[in-house]
Amino acid sequence: MTHSTFRGSTAIVGLGETRYYKRGAAPDPEFKMTLDAIRLAADDAGIDVREIDGFASFSNDRNDPAHLAAALGTKHVGFSNMFWGGGGGGGSGAVSNAAAAVAAGFCEIAVAYRGLAQGQFGRFGQGSTARQVAGAAAFTAPYGLMSPAQTFAMRVRRFMHEHRVEQDAMKAIALASYYHAQRNPRAVMYGKPLSAEDYDNSRWIVEPFHLFDCCQENDGAAAVIVTTAERARDLKHAPAYILAAAQGTDYRQAATVHNAPDYATSNFKTLAPRLYAMAGVGPEEVDVLQSYENFTGGVMMSVVENGFCTPEQVNGFFALETFRFDGGKLPLNTSGGNLAECYMHGLELITEAVRQVRGTSPCQLPRDVNISMVTSGPMVQPVSSLILGRESNR
Amino acid sequence: MTDSLVSRERAHYLPAGLPEPAPYPDGLAREYWDATRRHELVVQRCNACRNWQWGPEFICHSCHSDELSFEQVSGRGRIFSWERSWYPVHRALQSGVPYIVVLVELEDAGRVRMVGNLLGDPRQDVVMDAEVEAVFEDHEEADPPFTLVQWRVV
Ligand SMILES: [Zn+2]
Repeated sequence: MTHSTFRGSTAIVGLGETRYYKRGAAPDPEFKMTLDAIRLAADDAGIDVREIDGFASFSNDRNDPAHLAAALGTKHVGFSNMFWGGGGGGGSGAVSNAAAAVAAGFCEIAVAYRGLAQGQFGRFGQGSTARQVAGAAAFTAPYGLMSPAQTFAMRVRRFMHEHRVEQDAMKAIALASYYHAQRNPRAVMYGKPLSAEDYDNSRWIVEPFHLFDCCQENDGAAAVIVTTAERARDLKHAPAYILAAAQGTDYRQAATVHNAPDYATSNFKTLAPRLYAMAGVGPEEVDVLQSYENFTGGVMMSVVENGFCTPEQVNGFFALETFRFDGGKLPLNTSGGNLAECYMHGLELITEAVRQVRGTSPCQLPRDVNISMVTSGPMVQPVSSLILGRESNR
Repeated sequence: MTDSLVSRERAHYLPAGLPEPAPYPDGLAREYWDATRRHELVVQRCNACRNWQWGPEFICHSCHSDELSFEQVSGRGRIFSWERSWYPVHRALQSGVPYIVVLVELEDAGRVRMVGNLLGDPRQDVVMDAEVEAVFEDHEEADPPFTLVQWRVV
C-alpha cells in the first residue's frame, strides 16, 4: 500500500444545500443561493462562516471566490481555485483541491461549492445558435451532433457493442435513482416514482438514451466544508475523513472529433488504481457508491472501470436489487442523484456520501458505512473521485 | 415510403439552418475544407513519423514534429459507432428528426475517426462495423459555399 500523507489528514465537516428546484423555478439568483449554501454548510459544521479561508469550485462556476468572500465578510482568503473542465468531472476534484490546500496549509477551512440557476443563465443540452462554428465543433455541429447527450451516446453505444450490453443495464441505474428519490423529500422527483414500464415507454432523446437515462436540469446551490482532521474532531458532526482523492484523464481522452484511442470508456481506468492505492482499500470494501450520472451509460462504465464488476458481468449485475440501499450488494446513488434528486453537478452526490458516513441519509444503509465513495463526471476530461471513511486510520 | 424518407431525398440530409463549418481562425483545418470542395477526403499526417491524426493538430502527437501535411485517403471506412437523434438540439432540426450520426473509422488512415450523417432512411437498422464510403454534400447556397462529408453503406 502506498503511504500517503494526504490520506485521512482532512475531513468533510459541513454540508449546505438550498432547496432544489426544477430548472428556472428558483426564486433567488444564483449568487444568493450560493451564499445561502455556504452559510448553511458553516452552520452545519458549527463554525463562523467568516472563518472560511479557502474556496474551490468546478465546471466554470460563475460565483467567484473574491465576490463571495466580500459578500460573506471573510477575514482573509488563503486559497481560491477552479477545477478545469465543464460538466461534472470536477465535483470530487473541487473537494480534493480544497482538502489538498488544507493539508498543505494554504488555508484552514475550505469550502467546495456549486451554484446553478439555469433559468437565470440558460440551459445545458442545447446546441450553438451561431451561424458558423470553428475549431473541432466544425466537424460535428453541421451534422447535428451538438449536445452532451449526443456526444456521450456515441461512446456508450460502442461500449454496449463491445461487451454485448443490453438496454436493461442502463434502466437499472434509472430505477435505482428514482427508488431512492421516493424516500428523499429534498428530491425534485420525490413523489414521482418510475416503473420499468415507464422507462421502456419513455421517448428516445438519442438512442441508446431514453428520457430517463438523462440527468435533470435544475436550480440550486450546494457546499461542503473541509478542514483538518484535528479540527474536525471538535466540530458538530462526526467527520467524514477524506481517505483518498484522484483526478485526471487517460491517454488522449480529449482528442478531438471522437478520436480518443480508447473510446468506449468513462475515463476512470488510470484513476481507479491510484484512488484505491491511496485509500488502502479495494472496491470490495466500498459500502456505498455515488456515481455521477450525466447519462446512465456513463455510470455503467464507471462502475466497471472502478472495479465493481467486469464488462462481461454488466447484464447480470446491473439490476435494481443490486443498487438498492436496503440490502443491495452495491447501494448506488442513494439520494436519487442527478437523475432524480437534483442536478447540482454532482456536488449533491458528495453531500449524500457524507450523510451515509454520518448515518443521516433518508436512505441510510441498514449496516455500518465505513467506506463511502464518489465518482465524478464519467466520459468527460478530466474526471475525479473520492473515498471517504468513518475512521481516519483504517 | 415515409414522409421522413421523402424529405431525405433532398440535396441535403439535414434541414437548412444548422451551424456552418468555418475553418479555424488560425487556418489549421483550411486544407481539409478546401479539399472537400474538390470532393477529396484528406487526413492530417506527420511527415516525420507518418502518424495519422484527426482532427487537425498543431504538432504530431506521436513524435512532436511540426512538419505536418494533409494526405488524400480512399474515403472508405467502417461504422465504429452510431446514434439516432430524436430530440431537436437546434431549432433547425425541429422538422428534421430522427436522423443518424455515424462515427466512421478510416482503416487506410491509421484508424482515425470522422463524424458524419448516414445517408438513407433515418429509421434504418444500423450495423456496427458495416463498410461505408464518403459522399460529398455541397452547400452552394451558403456564403461562402462549403461541402460536408456524409457516409453511405457500401
Ligand atoms: Zn510524427
